[in-house]
Amino acid sequence: MNGMIKFGYLIPLLPLIGFLINGLGRNILSKKAVGIIGSGVLIASFVCSLFIFNQVAAVGYKTQVLFLFNFIKTAGLDIPFSLQFDQLSALFLLVITGIGSLIHIYSTAYMHEETAPHFARYFAYLNLFVFFMLILVLGSGYVTMFIGWEGVGLSSYLLIGFWFGNNNYNNAAKKAFVMNRIGDLGFLLAIFWMLSQFGSVTYTGVFEKANTIPVSVLTGITLLMFIGAMGKSAQIPLYTWLPDAMAGPTPVSALIHAATMVTAGIYMIARSNALFTLAPISQNVVAIIGISTALLAATIALKQNDIKKVLAYSTVSQLGLMFLALGVGAYTAGVFHVMTHAFFKALLFLGAGSVIHAMHHEQDIYKMGGLKTKLPLTHFTFLIGCLAIAGIPPFAGFFSKDEILTAALNKSVVYYILGVITSLMTAFYMFRMYFLTFHGNFRGTDDQFSHVHESPFAMTLPLILLAALSVIGGWVGIPAVFIENGHLLADFLEPIYAAVQHESTGMHLSHSMELIMMAVVVILIIVSILAAKSMFAKEGLKEEESSTFGKMLENKWYVDELYNSIIVQPVNHISSFFSRIIDTKIIDGAVNGVGKLIHFSARQMRLLQSGQVGSYVLIMVISIIIFFIFQMFWKI
Amino acid sequence: MPINYYIFLSICLFSIGIIGVLTRRNAIIIFMCIELMLNAVNLLLVAFSRMHHAAAYAVDNASLVGAEAQIFVFFIMVVAAAEVTVGLAIIVMLYRNIHSVDINFLNRLKH
Repeated sequence: MNGMIKFGYLIPLLPLIGFLINGLGRNILSKKAVGIIGSGVLIASFVCSLFIFNQVAAVGYKTQVLFLFNFIKTAGLDIPFSLQFDQLSALFLLVITGIGSLIHIYSTAYMHEETAPHFARYFAYLNLFVFFMLILVLGSGYVTMFIGWEGVGLSSYLLIGFWFGNNNYNNAAKKAFVMNRIGDLGFLLAIFWMLSQFGSVTYTGVFEKANTIPVSVLTGITLLMFIGAMGKSAQIPLYTWLPDAMAGPTPVSALIHAATMVTAGIYMIARSNALFTLAPISQNVVAIIGISTALLAATIALKQNDIKKVLAYSTVSQLGLMFLALGVGAYTAGVFHVMTHAFFKALLFLGAGSVIHAMHHEQDIYKMGGLKTKLPLTHFTFLIGCLAIAGIPPFAGFFSKDEILTAALNKSVVYYILGVITSLMTAFYMFRMYFLTFHGNFRGTDDQFSHVHESPFAMTLPLILLAALSVIGGWVGIPAVFIENGHLLADFLEPIYAAVQHESTGMHLSHSMELIMMAVVVILIIVSILAAKSMFAKEGLKEEESSTFGKMLENKWYVDELYNSIIVQPVNHISSFFSRIIDTKIIDGAVNGVGKLIHFSARQMRLLQSGQVGSYVLIMVISIIIFFIFQMFWKI
Repeated sequence: MPINYYIFLSICLFSIGIIGVLTRRNAIIIFMCIELMLNAVNLLLVAFSRMHHAAAYAVDNASLVGAEAQIFVFFIMVVAAAEVTVGLAIIVMLYRNIHSVDINFLNRLKH
């Protein structure tokens, strides 16, 4: 234990302190103080992370585990609460605390309309969220990860339902919580199974023994873990909570979608790469679910009119791509995309927040338009975000997406083609949203238009920083086609995947072939952007009646309705049956029956107390005689 | 004399006591029957004591084994005497209150 790592516990501790101060002092502190404390602790935490990253990035760094205390210690079961500092967790630390800090700063301006206690409550939740996310990535074992995992679910529930006066928002929060719980159950079972098979739940303990466990067991464990990841990272079939999570304040959406929460599933699988590599069936399942989610969410995003819903489905779609990368064994590509996605998705959400703020909480893009001149800075940064997510070189998204597609091609052409289609749709719906929002003529009321204004500095600063990151963020992973040994990230993460990388063989493309394919994809993306421009960037655009197919997309393939009719309704019916029959008749009957029995028997027993001394004596004598008879014959 | 005689006598006395307690209604007679039961037990105690002591004495004439119970009997008699005074006092109070010593009138405690 040396260097900054000794103080590594500060990274999660600081947000926790911020949570306690803001949460407990919410009626005392002024909004200014709350903002400074809330953002300050996270910036401090970010600085600590920078130091630690610096140390971890040094050549020849060995993974260090900072032991804090024993979580559970009994005979045969030893679960420490300790923090692990290695390349993967250090990278996630930077993303979480860095983007988290920007979102906190942004929130101080975005939430300024709230009253002081609610403002403080908001920041307390935000800090709590980051705290749990840090525990999740820092934990040195699956149980510690699970603590953070559950905590993130809880704080997302609190934040999505932040405006608890609105019942729809509360329902969205509950939906997120319940969907997450389904996944959590899978993860929990995986931990139990792991405990019985490996006798340990720390990463080192588990990975060491991974080779000695039968493949079928590993497949089971990894599939259960993936169910957990499905819930947290919004994959089919548990993805429907994420678009509904838009009920929360926009910076919360940015936090959930970019820096924290949804990346937890990716982190978990990337962390467990040693297990997944040994279970090819699970890998295939991950890849198939990933690419199907990517496609499905992209099609839905094509027809959404709520600016945040489009972004939400694009997140689901991008997460699907990340799972595709993990599923084909390209763990570095997956993590790389997490990072670049964090940059541009945070940028897009905060930009959308800036637009919503300017429009006074109008979210329908058909009521916007022509905001380019009114919001120059937001427009510019938003454009960068769109270019990055669409995958135009040299923006961040290009490099990570290209790496994922290349890895997919190494595995199967089908993955590649579906991935490309997803990318094209991504470019199309992102620019549909962009053109509808910023180009054409304004379609809202005149009153709204006169009030549109550029956001304050606290909101534009994070936008500018994130835009810069969205431009340069991808340059840490330049493929070998352009610069030999240009992939700094892959070198950095090498120790984490050392056991894995050598196994991923398959066909390797020649450089010229790779370049041609890259160029074709980029040209196709540009074509789809131009298509979006010709369709949506014109004056006097009206919202048109959709065709049948369009209606299906608008209604999200009726998945919510499907879940409602095949799961929610039957559960409701069963519950009402239980509450009417089982609960009132059987359970209440048993409880009341015990009471009635005692009442009745007491009534009979009372007759014995007659007040006649003779009868008492008689009972006494009879009892003694019975007692003697017992003694004689049963020899007690 | 064999111990059997003492046991039979004790049982007879005890049974008479029980039957008396069960059948009679006069508090004083019930009281006397209780005393009878007590003394039946006392008699048995002293008889067993004598038996054990005699057996031990035959082996070693300095032995005091079994003799303790004979002393206990005196204690019991003293306690019984004290109890009789209390019991009789209660019966006297009873008579003053309800002008009767019939226990069937003593049923007011149940309320």
